[in-house]
Amino acid sequence: MSSGRIRTSGIAKRYQIVGNRDRAVQFNTLAEWIVKSLRGRARPETLWALRDVSFEVAAGEVIGIIGHNGAGKSTLLKIISLITEPTRGELEIVGRVGSLLDVGIGFHPELSGRENVFLNGAILGMRRSEITRKFDEIVAFAGTEAFLDTPVKHYSSGMYMRLAFAVAAHLDPEILIVDEVLAVGDAAFQKKCLGKMGDVAKQGRTVLFVSHNLGAVRSLCTRGIVLSGGAMQFDGAVDEAIARYLSSAADRGAQDGQVTFGSGGLAFDDLAVLSVRLRNQAGEVRALFDAMEPIAIDIEYEVTARLRGARTVIALVTSEGEVAFQSTDQQTRDAEQRPGRYRTSCTIPGALLNGRMYVVEIGFDVPSGRMLAPTRPYLSFVVAGAADNGAALWPGIVNPQLRWATQPA
Amino acid sequence: MSATPAGPPTPLAAPPPLRRVLVRAERRWRLPNLAAVWQYRELFWVLALRDIRVRYKQTVLGVAWAIVQPLCAMIVFTTISHFARIATDGVRPEVFYYSGLVVWLLFANSMTSAGNSLLGSQHLITKVYFPRLVIPAASVVTALLDFAIALVVLLGMMLAYGTTPAPQIVLLPVFVGLGCAAALGFGLWLSALSTQFRDVRHIAPFVTQLWLFCTPVLYPSSVVGGGWKKVLLDLNPMSAVVEGFRWCVLGRSAPSLTALLLAVAIIVVVLGSSLFYFQRVERTLADRI
Repeated sequence: MSSGRIRTSGIAKRYQIVGNRDRAVQFNTLAEWIVKSLRGRARPETLWALRDVSFEVAAGEVIGIIGHNGAGKSTLLKIISLITEPTRGELEIVGRVGSLLDVGIGFHPELSGRENVFLNGAILGMRRSEITRKFDEIVAFAGTEAFLDTPVKHYSSGMYMRLAFAVAAHLDPEILIVDEVLAVGDAAFQKKCLGKMGDVAKQGRTVLFVSHNLGAVRSLCTRGIVLSGGAMQFDGAVDEAIARYLSSAADRGAQDGQVTFGSGGLAFDDLAVLSVRLRNQAGEVRALFDAMEPIAIDIEYEVTARLRGARTVIALVTSEGEVAFQSTDQQTRDAEQRPGRYRTSCTIPGALLNGRMYVVEIGFDVPSGRMLAPTRPYLSFVVAGAADNGAALWPGIVNPQLRWATQPA
Repeated sequence: MSATPAGPPTPLAAPPPLRRVLVRAERRWRLPNLAAVWQYRELFWVLALRDIRVRYKQTVLGVAWAIVQPLCAMIVFTTISHFARIATDGVRPEVFYYSGLVVWLLFANSMTSAGNSLLGSQHLITKVYFPRLVIPAASVVTALLDFAIALVVLLGMMLAYGTTPAPQIVLLPVFVGLGCAAALGFGLWLSALSTQFRDVRHIAPFVTQLWLFCTPVLYPSSVVGGGWKKVLLDLNPMSAVVEGFRWCVLGRSAPSLTALLLAVAIIVVVLGSSLFYFQRVERTLADRI
């Protein structure tokens, strides 16, 4: 399998801010343009989404790109995918690029599953003969054989996502660019997708992978690039990249044990996260806890569309990016949620965690349906001491207090 | 370092040779990259086919829809001409109006859909790369299919009224091609402008409406007279296209050669300039819509 390479040098991208929207143009209407031309133009407000990004990707490398929302990850992927051109700098790509910035691009609700496979495949750059050859494999991967001639508007959202991902997963480019698409479907399907991604990486293909799912980044990638404020903060081994990223994520929340998002919250498609707070037993917001005391994680969010069966997922991750555990409120929340503000609380019992730093990752989804807000780190906290060993740190991600008994046998 | 001479990096030696793309940020004008469009010709057909399938799946009328539009307009115009006594070049008014409308609607519909096509494909443009020219070009194909259906009705109508087609009907593809080229040229301008200025979308239908009355669809060009009025009429490239189309089908007054050459020249200039402007807009299109 031949694989491609990428070289970027001094890539920068500037957006002009027009009426709260980032667009590359200054005017929205002809009338506005005439008025402004007559008045003499005011300097538009600009924003550098990327500044001076330079790196090289050798053939067969699998690179993870991580960073906070707004760090420039998507802009970088768009430039490398040739979707938009940089304002400055140079980009060289050797090999065919397949970019999966979304699944189901171009899917039309009125068309059947079969028609959409061919449509979507062609949009992703596959030849008709290639799609014909892989057609059975694609359909089998998605598990939608029985509904091939049904318009996809009658598909469940899970089926729709599976078919959409199946086409993308059978793309065969020399360079694969993936943005967060693994965050679709139920856990079983996600696992299948991750497996497929792993196969792709093992085939020696060049892969650029953007995700908030640090576990996936760690298991797939060998090298990591950390973006922050549009600039490259780190480029090196993936473990170190994750550690850097998490420590900067921690910087933002560790001091006070809370993050709040102004003006409408951190908005996703159908909900917006307003704030996340860590509280001790007395209800005080803290970032430092004793190993014996329970920790409550309070998430405030606003639902903007009617949701059914949505769940919140919390993952506790160590500063090295290893997942300590994941938990969800699926069993307790099956009802419909009307638009409005909600507070979801989760309590981690005392005498469970080890004496170290933990990062709280939160995501929202509909099981076997769609992702509402991808899992990403919000804040971190430190546990002082260890449950049954006083001050010294024991090895292990957790240090639960277990029941011991010794009796003469 | 190796002793290779300075110069652009050479592609990997291993067969098969990999495609190499170099993107350099620069503001200057570039030649339209038609080779890239050719590489994506399969996508062009797929998108055209999608539009056609969706169109005929969604509308209850289906194929009939392609005929209803020119037919209704024809009936209205025939009724008006009956009272206003507008000359129709010695042809039955039904056939005269319908033939003019069929080719005019090919132009107007494909220009409008090409013009709207970019804003309607936002989800594609912001998520995946392909030469954007494929989108407006594919939308012309749908209008061509409608045209083909309407043309069959025209031939049936001529048969019913006993109008025999003239031998120059073999030149029909020339005028249809010119109409499509004009539609694509103006449509590309509209589509590129509409991503920059949102109000272009609302102005376009109004201008198209006015344009219809400046084109000899509802009257033969002979009623306009000579002199500057004729020059003004000839500056509209669609005059020669509509007149030429009628000449091919009905065999009445042919467009003058100067009018035809002028129309071809204008269409070439519009299409050429639109390709340049489109390619300039295309580079940052994903940020504009």
